[in-house]
Formats: sequence, structure tokens, C-alpha cells
Amino acid sequence: MKLDSHEAATPVFDVRGLTKIYQTGEVEVRALNGVDLSLAAGEMAVLLGPSGSGKSTLLNIVGGLDRPTSGSVRFRGRELSGASDRELTAYRRDHVGFVFQFYNLIPSLTAWENVALITEVARQPMSPSEALALVGLEDRMSHFPAQMSGGEQQRVAIARAIAKRPEVLLCDEPTGALDSATGVIVLEALARVNEETGATTAIITHNAGIQQIAHRVFSFLDGRIASEVVNETRIPPSEVSW
Amino acid sequence: MLDRKLVRDLGRLWAQALAVALVMACGVMTLILALGATRALDDTRSAFYDRTRFGEIFASATRAPENLKSAILSINGVSAVATRVVKPVIIDIAGMAEPATGTLISIPDHGAPAVNQLYLRSGRLPEPGRTNETAIIEAFAEAHGFKPGDRFDVLINGKKRTLSITGITLSPEHVYAIGPGDMVPDQRRFGVMHMRRAALEGAFDMEGAFNDVALTLSRNADADEVMARLDIILEPYGGTGAYDRSDHPSDAFLDAELTQLRAMAQVIPPIFLFISAFLINMILTRLIALEREQIGLLKAVGYSNAAIAWHYAKMTLAISLVGVAIGAVAGTRLGRGMASLYGEFFSFPFLVFSQEPDLYVIATLVTFAAALAGAAKAIWSAVALPPAVAMRPPAPTGYRSLFGGPAGGFRLPVSQLTVMALRHLVRWPVRTALTTLGTALPVALLITSLFAFDSIDSMIDTVWFRADRQDATLTFAAERSEEAIRAVEKLPGVIAAEPFRSEAATLRNGHRSRRIQIIASDPVTDIGRVLDQDFGAIELPPKGMLLSERLANHLALSPGDQVEIELSDGQGRIAFAPLVGVTNSYVGLNAYMSRNALDRLSGQGVQISGARIIVDENMLDELYREIKQTPAIASVALQGVSRDKFRATVEENIGISITIYVSLALIITVGVIYNSARIQLSERARELASLRVFGFTNGEVSSVLLTELAVMVLLAQPLGWLIGRGFSELVAQGFESDLFRIPLIINPPTYAIASLVVLGAALVSALIVRRRIDRLDLIRVLKTRD
Repeated sequence: MKLDSHEAATPVFDVRGLTKIYQTGEVEVRALNGVDLSLAAGEMAVLLGPSGSGKSTLLNIVGGLDRPTSGSVRFRGRELSGASDRELTAYRRDHVGFVFQFYNLIPSLTAWENVALITEVARQPMSPSEALALVGLEDRMSHFPAQMSGGEQQRVAIARAIAKRPEVLLCDEPTGALDSATGVIVLEALARVNEETGATTAIITHNAGIQQIAHRVFSFLDGRIASEVVNETRIPPSEVSW
Repeated sequence: MLDRKLVRDLGRLWAQALAVALVMACGVMTLILALGATRALDDTRSAFYDRTRFGEIFASATRAPENLKSAILSINGVSAVATRVVKPVIIDIAGMAEPATGTLISIPDHGAPAVNQLYLRSGRLPEPGRTNETAIIEAFAEAHGFKPGDRFDVLINGKKRTLSITGITLSPEHVYAIGPGDMVPDQRRFGVMHMRRAALEGAFDMEGAFNDVALTLSRNADADEVMARLDIILEPYGGTGAYDRSDHPSDAFLDAELTQLRAMAQVIPPIFLFISAFLINMILTRLIALEREQIGLLKAVGYSNAAIAWHYAKMTLAISLVGVAIGAVAGTRLGRGMASLYGEFFSFPFLVFSQEPDLYVIATLVTFAAALAGAAKAIWSAVALPPAVAMRPPAPTGYRSLFGGPAGGFRLPVSQLTVMALRHLVRWPVRTALTTLGTALPVALLITSLFAFDSIDSMIDTVWFRADRQDATLTFAAERSEEAIRAVEKLPGVIAAEPFRSEAATLRNGHRSRRIQIIASDPVTDIGRVLDQDFGAIELPPKGMLLSERLANHLALSPGDQVEIELSDGQGRIAFAPLVGVTNSYVGLNAYMSRNALDRLSGQGVQISGARIIVDENMLDELYREIKQTPAIASVALQGVSRDKFRATVEENIGISITIYVSLALIITVGVIYNSARIQLSERARELASLRVFGFTNGEVSSVLLTELAVMVLLAQPLGWLIGRGFSELVAQGFESDLFRIPLIINPPTYAIASLVVLGAALVSALIVRRRIDRLDLIRVLKTRD
């Protein structure tokens, strides 16, 4: 998709001087060290980097799961860094869709019910069936997680994340537990959702091959953004190799 | 190394382990308490009976010549005989308005009785030849602060006599000393006094005669045969029928207490042990599931299956050891308290709560066995785990699609959060059922202890407000003509008086027989009434008799049958009367006739034995004064005072037991619900944290956990009511004896209170665990697999 110049001017996320320090015993770990970044509406970004480079910490703070030690995170102009637990919960509920490496499906609910779990409390959701159709799982709706493959489970997780029509879709290693063929299917689902719903999408990975599907690629190293690359030409996920 | 892990694991799981240990402690405590108290009572009783040569067969007569003694002694199987003069008296104690009643019992002029010897606490026995000396039982002495040398007045055969106390005694016949009309001992109003035989013979015109006999048997004697022979010997002298120890009131009450204690030892500790076994199973199963990979690793590096099994067994035993220790200390302390409580009711020279080591060994072994039984399945699953499989995560849990389904299909109108809770319940049916049962048992336990309030209330209402509504019952020294009732009516403060006649008799039906008192009143009475099965007052039939249900059952008689009656008046005449109806009664075995019918039966004209009276409360003191000076009144039972004493005693005892049972119920509930919630939380931490990540509030996330608990706790209530009713029925049956029975009455508030206590404890336990949901680590959970 083409980025609208107006929307690009008012970013969905605006991160300034973000620092996160973990105190574990007497050791001080600087997970983020003054990160600046902004994401535009509808943009698909890939966050690349080795383990411990700070990309997950950034995603957790942006997703309202964690608070920075210093710096500011603005979502549509609203400051998240000082928000209360209650406000962060409401923020996650209303605006953010999450996809995780280990799917985090509820084992006692079927695929359809896992999606319905979220749509029941969302403001303007699509129907669970519609969301599952979007990831190509219209035939697996009454299966339990234990009855599905890893790729299928991850697609249920994506359907669940997008069913509430979130403004932001945050994916932490979505293909990390999958083989390459299944990984491609999952990436295709993500790309399609990004196209069709216009959700700002951030994908964490340490698989460099994935970066070409994004509009922009941020490379992390030691808690900082080491480089930022705009992909002039994106390739479809089916052509990704890893 | 494994031991270090054990210590750390226990440190981490301390709250859960402690909850289980406390449940075990309750089992150990109740076991030690019940067994210890049973032994204490049983051992003390037999030691005391042996030492004092307590009789095995007892009988009374009107006046039998002393020379029958040799005939009785020569009955095959009799080893010793004591003939005595036993008489009821009214006691007048300075400073006490109401008359006390007492029993005078003779001891031989020289030496100790051959049967029913006295245990001298202080002082000495009366000197032979002294007619005003007496030794009194300890309970009575203590109630009035009497010491040897003190004096009090009694009415002997109409004459006031001052007796001088020489000694304080205990008697095997009066371990549980209960006065006429009383249902619990009232030490202040009932005394037993022993005097030398010559003194009593002189006072009651009983020279060369006796009216009571107690005897002991040689080994292998046939008690029934001895009783039959004794009856034949005493029959011409107004013998009222021999009975054995089991019908002796003092021993029967002791026996009832022992029966209860044995029932307690059999029912209550197993409940606790069962629940603790279940809790151990639940905790260990979860722990082993969590430590799956560690177990695989340990096996891979060469730890044997036995070492791993022993590791988890040690953990079980460590928890049990804490439970045993707490239970043993609590049981010992409570046992001492119980022994001193018994000291108030039972007059033994000594009553030591048994603390023999074997008691503690038994409790420890039983608890260990129960805990290991609970742990066995979980430990086996650890042993059976092949190392390679253990290192991989377990297969995801499969669920069945009850309570829901996709759009279009049948769905319960509930949220997916509720569906999660319900599916989890159904996924582990055995655990759900056991948790429900574990929550139902404290409800049942509470009902079983609380129902006594309802039953005793109903019993008090029936006995004292519907049946025996008199304020007092006067019994004459000898039967009087009908004119006597006029005299009673003239006593100060008497508002109304009703005559009654009471005759000892043997009722028979074929080979079944029973010696009882026939009570005869006017056909329609207002003060003392006979109740039918629906507790309504019934008119006494002009002909025939009414029997209380238990007596009718003893004799296998139903309405319409003929009852064979032989009055114990030495005449030996046998008459028949139809059984007209069956009555309801909680106290004793009762037979009723109209006065006309009994007068005809006795052939001695119109006679009355005493009167039931209603009294003006303001004139009680004057009435008491008059009664104490009226020789014709041999004994007086104060129903109002008896009722108050009974209520106070019962409420005190029930109060104590309710405190104990409520504590026990709370411990079980907290043990079950807290552990259940912790295990659920542990199993579902990942799911619940995921829900938080997706934007569900703490309240919504907790609802999954709380819904699941609520379903089990609510299901437990009706189940608990049912079990509680069953237990109560067993208790009521256990209480039932010829002396009294308690009705099974459970009022709705009792069910409600039992449920509220358990619901409250469950709620608190659940909320403690709920707080942990607020502290779920949202980030860590996303980085790990289940």
C-alpha cells in the first residue's frame, strides 16, 4: 500500500529517548538505551536484531505491557509512559492486537471461541468466522488448539489479534516456532491483514530474510537502533527465503 | 542435593503444605482425642469398678427378710451379695430454699460391703452404732462446700433429723449421679448418703429386712439365669425385677458417652485423612507436572527411579510430620481439657487422659499411610516417565466441546470466560468431584454438630412444654387415698394439682418382657400429658394401655394386641389389657393407663402415688418450706429447675463442641479451596496472563478462576446437606437408649449457617489466591511454552 502523506505526518507511535533499565540483583541491565522511532498508520515495520538487543522490550512498552524507565511513548498523541494499570489494560483491549511466538491460545476454547473471546469485549469487531476466514481457517473453526498444527494455531492467534480491528498489530517472533513453509503461510496472513485492515504492524524477528516484506526495517543492537532501512521495493512473503 | 531441593520446594510451597498439614493435624487431633478419651474413660471405669467391687446384678423389693441373703448367695454363679436398705429422702439445707432430694443407702454395721464398696476421699465412714452419722458423695459435698464435721437436715420418715458428715466418698453406683426428674446431674439438688445399716433399719422400720440387693457374679456365670432366680426369690416381697449393669443408670450414661467417643474415632479422623490424602495427591501431581523436565534431567544423569520416588515420598512425609506434630500437641491439650470436663460429670477417684506412646504411634502411622496413599499415583507418574519424554513438554491438554460451539450451533448464553471455567471443570471430573466432596464434608460436619441445638430445643419443648408441664412432681411416702390431692391443693402457692398413680409392673408378650412403672392419670389431664406420634395430647383410654414407641417395639406389640401385665405387688396376679395406642416420648420407657383402669387392675381401690402441681412462682419459698415439713411427701422433682439445668448443661457442652467443629470445618474448607485455587492458578497462569495481555481486567481474569471454584462450592452445598443429614441420623441413632433419645430435627437455619460458614471460608481462601492474579508476570509468561 502507499502511505498517505497526511497520516505519515501524524504517527501512530512516537517514541522519544526511550530507556529501560532492569535491576536484577546487583546487576543493572540496560535493555533500551535512548531509542527514538515513529511508526505511521498502516505501516509494516520489521524489528531485527539478536537476542537481548532490546526489540522485545520496545514492543512490550509500545504494547502497554511494560513501562519505560525514562523517555516517552505517545500513541496517537497520548502519553503511555505514565499511564496507570487500568489505562494500559484499556489501551491493550481497545487498540492493540498481539501475536506471540508460542501462540498463547486458550487450550480449552476452540479456534472460533478463541477469537470470540476477544470479539465479545471489543468495540467494533468483525465476526470470529470472518476473522478466521481472513487467515484461511474457515474449515477449522471448531477445532481445539490441541487438534491443530503449529501454523494453524498461529493463524488462529492472528485471527484473534485482528478480529477487534486493532489500530496496532504487534508480533513477537510470530514464526519463531515454525518451519519455513508454515512460517511463510503465517507471514502471508500477516501481510494480508496489514493490507486489508490497515493496522500498523510491527514484527519482531531475528530472521533477516523476513525484512524484505516490510516498509521499514529497524536493526537493534545493545538497546539502540543501529540502522533504519526503507524498503523501496517489498517482496511478497511467498518469496522470502530463510 | 535432592534434599536441598526438597527443603527449597517446601519453602516455596509452604502455604499449601501448611494448609494440608493442618487438615492432617485435625485428623491426628481428633484421633488422639477420641481414642485417648475412650481409653481414659474405659480404663478408669474398669479400674474403679474392680476396686470397689461394683455389682453386676441389681434388684429392689418392698421389704424382704434378711435371711433371703443366703438363698441369693447360693444361686449358681453368684459370688457376693450385699443386701441394703435404700430410701429416698428430702434434704433441707440451710440457705437453700428449694428442697434437695437424696438417697440413703445402708452399709453393713461392721466392715465394708461385699458389693458396691465406697472409695473414701476424706474423713471416715460412720461409726457403727451411731445413728446420726453419714458419709456423703463428693459431688454433693462440693456443691455445698461440705466438709467432714459439717451437718445438714434430712426428713426421715416424717421426722427431721440432723446428720453429721463423717466422710466424703465416691461410689461406683453414682459415677453419674442423677436425681428424680433430672436429665443431667444437678450436684446441688441431689445427694447420696451412706449410713450404717442399724441406723437405717431403725429409722425406716426395716429391722431384719432389706429392700435392695446388689450382687457380683463368678466368671462364666449366666447373668440371665441369675436374674431369673433372683426374681423368683424376691417376688413375694415386692421384687421389682432384677436388672444388670447395662440398665444401671450411672453405667448406662457412661456407656452412652463411650459409644459416642468410639463413633467419633471411627467417623471424624477418616474424613480428615481422606481429604488430606486428596490434597497431597493434588499438590504432588501438579508439582511433578511442573518438574517434568527436571525429573527427566535427573534420570538422564543417572538418578534411579527409587531415588526419585523416595524424594517425593519424603516431601509427603515431611508435610505429614508437621501435621502429626501439630495434631499431637493439640490432641494432647484438648484431651486434658476433655478429661477435666468429664471430671465435672463423672465422679471417679482419678481420671487421667491417656497419653500412652502407642496412641501417638498409631496416629502417626495412620496419617503417613493416608498421605502416602494420596501421593502414590503422582509418585508413580514420576517414576514411569521415560527420561527422553520427560525432557519434552507434555502434549497439550485436549478438551471436549461441551457448553459451547461455533455460531449457529447450540451455545450456552455465557461468555467465553465462563466456557473456559466450565470446560476446565469437566476436563478433570475426578478432581472436580473430590474437591466438591471435600467442600461438602465441612458442611456436613457443621450440620452434624449444629443439629443438636434444634433437636434439644424440640426435645425441651416436647418434654417440658407439651408433656410434663408441671412445675414440680410430689411423690408420697406411701400410696394415699384420693383425699390426699385436696391436701396438696391446699399447700401454699399450688395453683393446680393432678393426681397420678405409679405401679411397678412386668409387661410381657410371649417370651419378651420388660419391667417398668405404669403411670396412671385421669383420662383427660392438663398438666402432665401423654403425646401421640404427632405430639398432640391424647386422652387415656378407659380400658387398656398406651406404650411409648420404643417399649412397644421391645415387646413387639402393636395397637390391638393384648399386653400381659403382672404388678410387682407380690400377689403374682396376671392380667391382660389391650394396647390401645403408641405414644411419643424422648425419655425412658413408658406405659400409661387411666387411673380407673389401674385401680381395677390392682384391686386395692382408689389410690394415688403423688401429684403434679403448677405453682405460683412468687410463693415458691413458702411451698418449699412446707414440703420440707410434710412427712407424707417422700420426694419432690422440680421440673422447672431440671429443665433450666438441662438446657444450661447441654448448651455449655454443645457450645464447646460447636467451637471445635466450626474450627475443624474452617480448616478443611480453607485447606481444600486454597489448594484447589492455587493449583488452578498454577495450571492456568499462562492462560490467565494471556488474558491480561489481551486487555482483560484483573476482575475479568479472576472471574475464570472464581467461577470454577464457585461452581464446585455451590454444588457442595446440597451434597453437604444430604451427607450432614445422614451423619446426624447416625448420631441420633447412636444416642438412642432406653434412658432417652434425641429426635432428628434439622431446621432450615441450621443448613443455612453451615453453608454460610463454609461459603465464607471458601470466599476468603479464594480471595487470598485471587490477589496473586494481580501480580501475574505478563511478560515472562509470553516467553515460555506451557
